[in-house]
Amino acid sequence: MGDIASLVLRRLGLGIVTLLVVSILIFFAVELLPGDIAQAVLGQSATEETVAALRDKMGLDRPAPIRYLEWLGGAVQGDFGVSLVSGDRVSETIIPRFKNTLFLAAYAAVIAVPLSIILGIIVALLRNTIADRVANVLSLTAISSPEFFLGYILILYFSVRTNYFPALASIRDDMSFLELLHRTFLPALTMVLVVTAHMMRMTRAAIINLLASPYIEMARLKGASPWTVIVKHALPNAWAPIINVVALNLAYLVTGVVLVEVVFVYPGIGQLLVDAVSKRDFPIVQACCLIFAATFILLNLAADVGAILTNPRLRHPK
Amino acid sequence: MSYFVVTYYALLIGASCLAAFYKKREVFLLLFSLTLVSFVMGIVGGVSALTAVSVGAGLLAFAAGTSYAFREFLIIISPDDIAKELRTAPLTAAFGMFVIFTYAIAGIFAPYIAPFGEAEVISSSFAPPDENMLLGADQLGRDTFSRIIYGARNSVGIALGATILAFTIGALCGLLAATKGGWFDQLMGRVADVIMSVPSLIFALLMLSIFGTNIIVIIIVVALIYSPRVFRLARAVAGNIVVMDYIEAAKLRGEGTWYLIRKEILPNSTAPLIAEFGLEFCFVFLLIAGLSFLGLGIQPPTADWGSMVRENATLISFGDITPLIPAAAIALLTVAVNFVVDWMLHRSSGLKE
Repeated sequence: MGDIASLVLRRLGLGIVTLLVVSILIFFAVELLPGDIAQAVLGQSATEETVAALRDKMGLDRPAPIRYLEWLGGAVQGDFGVSLVSGDRVSETIIPRFKNTLFLAAYAAVIAVPLSIILGIIVALLRNTIADRVANVLSLTAISSPEFFLGYILILYFSVRTNYFPALASIRDDMSFLELLHRTFLPALTMVLVVTAHMMRMTRAAIINLLASPYIEMARLKGASPWTVIVKHALPNAWAPIINVVALNLAYLVTGVVLVEVVFVYPGIGQLLVDAVSKRDFPIVQACCLIFAATFILLNLAADVGAILTNPRLRHPK
Repeated sequence: MSYFVVTYYALLIGASCLAAFYKKREVFLLLFSLTLVSFVMGIVGGVSALTAVSVGAGLLAFAAGTSYAFREFLIIISPDDIAKELRTAPLTAAFGMFVIFTYAIAGIFAPYIAPFGEAEVISSSFAPPDENMLLGADQLGRDTFSRIIYGARNSVGIALGATILAFTIGALCGLLAATKGGWFDQLMGRVADVIMSVPSLIFALLMLSIFGTNIIVIIIVVALIYSPRVFRLARAVAGNIVVMDYIEAAKLRGEGTWYLIRKEILPNSTAPLIAEFGLEFCFVFLLIAGLSFLGLGIQPPTADWGSMVRENATLISFGDITPLIPAAAIALLTVAVNFVVDWMLHRSSGLKE
């Protein structure tokens, strides 16, 4: 087992280093501003005094590396500083919204993951038939459509024309869980469509790759039923690629959420980020970017670690 | 039972029988399962569901016919060696080429095709369609149809520019990294890792919040975000070529790095790179459309598909589908490029699945 542990540890270490580098990138990108933040936020017409006051308030007189360390130290403890526009604490704005975003992503994932794996296996079994080709074209179309296109089509047909689901996913704290699920169904469905198409194609490719290998041929020749071949012989080896596919798509969900949140006016972190970008509220932009990037990196890390852990050759070393 | 329903089932069952008689197993399965599904749909959805099915089938047949004709047309007008390749193209790829061709025409000749200018206010806001305006007016009273035509020029043009830039940076760095190796290779590899570990949309938003939104910034930022993908592919492809004997021979001849890249490596790695160019274009196009949709991409009054969807989205709540047309245009082009890329990948790699 020593092998696996060291592999996983090395991968985790690499992940942490990447995260650090990304945080440096996010922090120092703002330093690239012509002039400095205070000047950029207040605009050309600001007087010398107001700029100086803001500079003072943000502590811009100290060198950037020190400010970076303070920012990173705060960020690790969940403190992202103060919003430039409203003056509220960034963490107070972000945390409830981040929970909403996670809820939406989890909602979509719970539907999409089992659905797409089952569909992927079915399509892999039906490969080179008309059903496979139709599925190929449909999934390609779903992948190629921008999220807002799918979202508005769903709004048009499920909300405006038929009134089954609300078009705006505005949520309140006092809603019951069922009501919440009903309200957020359309945004979740939009993401399910995109992600399912991705995952289905990747699962199909993974399974077809396996089905071509000699030991599957052998299992078939010895007379095992197709079901046994898939479940007993193919699936144990397919877990690694499938876990990889799932984690990659969850990572995709977290970023795809930005456009979907804007379409459905869902109070999540993506919407917050877009607002902050247009208002040039840098502390919020940096915090949101860091959270998104961290989630993305963590899920990619999970994909790698999962692939290592499910690899039978690594689990049972000779 | 209306005449429509009777004809519908008669056609389907007749065609299934014909397919079965001529031993076209797949066609038969498709037609007959459609018949069975139609029974259920007819009972649940009534005649309107069946009409929808026939309209869909009609559209599909129309698209297939157009693609077939376009492929034959291309085969006739192109020189022999290209025509031979084109004969192997599936209908989906021909359809993709047809769509790309149409968009190119619309984009290049936009001022001649569009009846009005892209920023020209000609009527009241959200005016319904009339004989002057095919699709009505947008929120400021500009002609929607003209703006969609101009959008082909602006949206696709900017995405193409960004793709070409991303491709030049990525391919150049990748080829250099593969030929030079050593610290340059390592450095570029790590830089690519870092850029790829941030979600592209988030990275773009961060950069745009800093540098502001103008077209030059968008092109450069998007190109930077997507060049690592090209870099990795170019490096992998070139890595396989660099170890070949003829490269060794050229090095012994005393050729420089630039000559190696231009005359030895590039000609041998064009096929995967061209396919990657198509894929890359799709990603870039979708990213820029997304940014424009968020109001952070191409700025008004320039007509652009992403921002047009956003500006007219209120119409959707009245059941009007015109705001969806630019979004559909984005989706259609992406699908078309994907179809063509699929075929090219298939052809160049000899992939069977």
